[in-house]
Amino acid sequence: MDLAMTEAETLQGSTGPTGAGPEAKARSLWSDAWHQLRRNPVFIVSALLIVFLVLIAIWPQLIASGDPLKCDLGKSEQGSAPGHPFGYDTQGCDVYTRTVYGARASITVGVCATVGAALLGSVLGGLAGFFGGWWDALLSRIADIFFGIPIILGGLVLLSVVTSSTVWPVVGFIVLLGWPQISRIARGSVITAKQNDYVQAARALGASNTRMLLRHVAPNAVAPVIVVATIALGTYIALEATLSFLGVGLRPPTVSWGIDISNAAQSIRNAPHMLLWPAGALSITVLAFIMLGDAVRDALDPKLR
Amino acid sequence: MGRYVIRRLLQMIPVFIGSTFLIFFMVYALGDPVAALFGDKAPDPATAARIRHDLYLDQPLWKQYLHYMGQIFQGDFGTAFNGQKVTELLAAAYPVTLRLTLVAIVIELIVGVTLGVVSGLRRGRAVDSSVLILTLIVISVPTFVTGYVLQFLFGVKWDVIRPTVSPDAPFGELILPGIVLALVSLAYVTRLTRTSIAENVRADYVRTAVAKGLPRRRVITRHLLRNSLIPVITFIGTDIGSLMGGAIVTEKIFNIHGVGYQIYQGILRNNAPTVVGFVTILVIVFLLANLLVDLLYAVLDPRIRYA
Amino acid sequence: MLLDVRDLQVEFRTRDGVAKAVNGVTYSVEPGETLAVLGESGSGKSVTAQAIMGILDMPPGRITAGEINFRGRDLLKLREEERRKVRGAEMAMIFQDALSSLNPVLSVGAQLGEMFVVHQGMSRKDARAKAVELMDRVRIPAAKERVGQYPHQFSGGMRQRIMIAMALALEPALIIADEPTTALDVTVQAQVMDLLAELQRELNMGLILITHDLGVVADVADKIAVMYAGRIVESAPVHDIYKAPAHPYTRGLLDSIPRLDQKGHELYAIKGLPPNLTAIPPGCAFNPRCPRAQDVCRTDVPPLARVSEDRESACHFWKETLRDA
Repeated sequence: MDLAMTEAETLQGSTGPTGAGPEAKARSLWSDAWHQLRRNPVFIVSALLIVFLVLIAIWPQLIASGDPLKCDLGKSEQGSAPGHPFGYDTQGCDVYTRTVYGARASITVGVCATVGAALLGSVLGGLAGFFGGWWDALLSRIADIFFGIPIILGGLVLLSVVTSSTVWPVVGFIVLLGWPQISRIARGSVITAKQNDYVQAARALGASNTRMLLRHVAPNAVAPVIVVATIALGTYIALEATLSFLGVGLRPPTVSWGIDISNAAQSIRNAPHMLLWPAGALSITVLAFIMLGDAVRDALDPKLR
Repeated sequence: MGRYVIRRLLQMIPVFIGSTFLIFFMVYALGDPVAALFGDKAPDPATAARIRHDLYLDQPLWKQYLHYMGQIFQGDFGTAFNGQKVTELLAAAYPVTLRLTLVAIVIELIVGVTLGVVSGLRRGRAVDSSVLILTLIVISVPTFVTGYVLQFLFGVKWDVIRPTVSPDAPFGELILPGIVLALVSLAYVTRLTRTSIAENVRADYVRTAVAKGLPRRRVITRHLLRNSLIPVITFIGTDIGSLMGGAIVTEKIFNIHGVGYQIYQGILRNNAPTVVGFVTILVIVFLLANLLVDLLYAVLDPRIRYA
Repeated sequence: MLLDVRDLQVEFRTRDGVAKAVNGVTYSVEPGETLAVLGESGSGKSVTAQAIMGILDMPPGRITAGEINFRGRDLLKLREEERRKVRGAEMAMIFQDALSSLNPVLSVGAQLGEMFVVHQGMSRKDARAKAVELMDRVRIPAAKERVGQYPHQFSGGMRQRIMIAMALALEPALIIADEPTTALDVTVQAQVMDLLAELQRELNMGLILITHDLGVVADVADKIAVMYAGRIVESAPVHDIYKAPAHPYTRGLLDSIPRLDQKGHELYAIKGLPPNLTAIPPGCAFNPRCPRAQDVCRTDVPPLARVSEDRESACHFWKETLRDA
């Protein structure tokens, strides 16, 4: 009815005199999301789990006193015993200790691969979306090419020639095949953000490209990337385990849930406990990251509430 | 519509060349097929050189690639290092994987869409929450774990099915492997359907359909589902490619002699012609599936058809 | 009496508490009569209409009290299956945004024909012929050729004609039109409104016209009900209201219409904002914005007072308001 009045009211209700335009919008999006997240039990549970997993990935000694590589063949495939609650594997290694130490490889691969893929993907995709033109066309085609390669097959072919037993070849491979997914998301959200009226207004007022990209477009385009990257982290951990299971991911003496599950599968009839613990740990880790991503998405996307 | 198809086909060409060259590069430039041929023995240099020449391996990589592609388009996929024609291997393995993928897709469609519709219509209630939690768990447990566990339970412990699949892989034996292969995608289909239904159920045209006095059943099947399934169909289409490529894990567990099994063996033995041949076909299948999705999309959504 | 709504109350559960969207609405429509329901967004005019049609999203919306008597029976007492048969056949609704209200993936012919297939068991082929007939009736050119086309292929005005055709398909006794012309170009608005009025006369239908456009109301309505915060604050024959409003809110609405003969004057605007429905002010809901508000307005809810035989106002000071007009 009274437009001027309405606007005045809205302004008073927002963040005050400095809170004009996109910054106010971005800020309220993030603080809104944070407010929503703190009350979401899914977020709290998954965040606590992840903190715990990261802690034991850094300091496995905190909860496991043994040595994952110290094994006693005489105890091969025995069940739980005092001090060894999860029993022994085929090599006679302590399953509990190995399960705890396995977190390190999974978390390292997951975090490093996600950071790499997210950085590469959002920079390339963001630039493509912002500038458009031939650079966009070229990048989209390159991303298509990587999409055309089935990811596990690519891993088998590429990683089978690697002999290093560190995590880096696996991380590199996941970044190589993972960035196109992120870049598509980043490209799409930059294009959407670019079309917002206030961004058009900033352009009309003569803001430079760099300023537009950093101050107006990026803050609004980053939310979808964060969501996708968090969920991707979970799937990357599962991917690492799958590659290790196929014998081309991590290699002994690195302790990995994937390797342990692969070994356990051979003895599933006699010693199911060997499969249960590393598989459970792996699944819970993946679940924690996917749940976190889900919660963050719900918080950042008001439409889905 | 015709021009649209042609444009999409033209766009596929660079992607096809790029993907196959990438695979070709990985297999031929990173591995050494000739050394693999001799196993642990050191090859006699003269013999090795002759083999390299016969196999075109002494040429620059791009020439090898062109030569290889030229032959493929004449139907010659080369010979595996054990003397078997790659086309024969392809003819034996592809139908098996296609059957497995088909089983998986049917399961995905029936179970995933049903669960998604049910939970989408009851958003926020107990059914919905349980389905959501279930899908999260299914997504989190890697395929190779569910595979072994289900194989152990059904094949060994309860002895309901054969734990491994026989070489000719009839449909009946592929049901459990199909479920294993489908599970993760099934969870995605469920979630996608749920979101799509929950979004569309509030749409104005659904309100119109109710205001027209249509029975609830008709509102859901004719108006709501038709619109909500468009993104789901898209997902399933693109999933055909990744299921066939990802079947490698399932095939290893259940000892199914399909595409994944052959590629896995090929890689273990560094059998370059087999690997490249199988992957090339896989890339083609993947691209065709994407094209199919685009066309289906246009059929389902007139706004695209007449755009 | 075609439709008689008595003391209707509708609540919505929201995160901030229970919102009383409709708070005791009473109005009636005779055959061939046009009732215009006026009010700002959030005044409850659309929710009342949806409650009459039986298309409230339940939950979160819930009818807590009242009667909706339609052709001699209380719709709220019918079972859902009986209620469904009334919808579309005996009463129909026209929505504001025809593009989003028509199904994007079905041809307009299929959507029109569906009315006959579902309610009359007609074959698809016959229903299609009926659809062409309907499109002719609402004057869509080349109906025969266009019957297989999709909503996005029509212009805004043509789409709204299709909505009207769909509502008229089974010649219902009552039509509810929820802001039928708001989304259209000004030039098209009059054409669509004229068509609707003409068809209404022809079929002797009752029409509830929900709008905030006072210009449209003056031309087509017989009587007006003005809603504010879920209540009717004034109801009267259309000419009486334009001559002299008996409620300060109606007065404010009329004064905020731009008028050619007062060019150069500052346009009047009602100060403040419509109330939050989870926290409606005590007393008269309009009191914080009312220029006439006294202490009594902040404590006592004004009853609907009889101004004349067919006229009511919910204002403690309706006499003064009327006199000053």
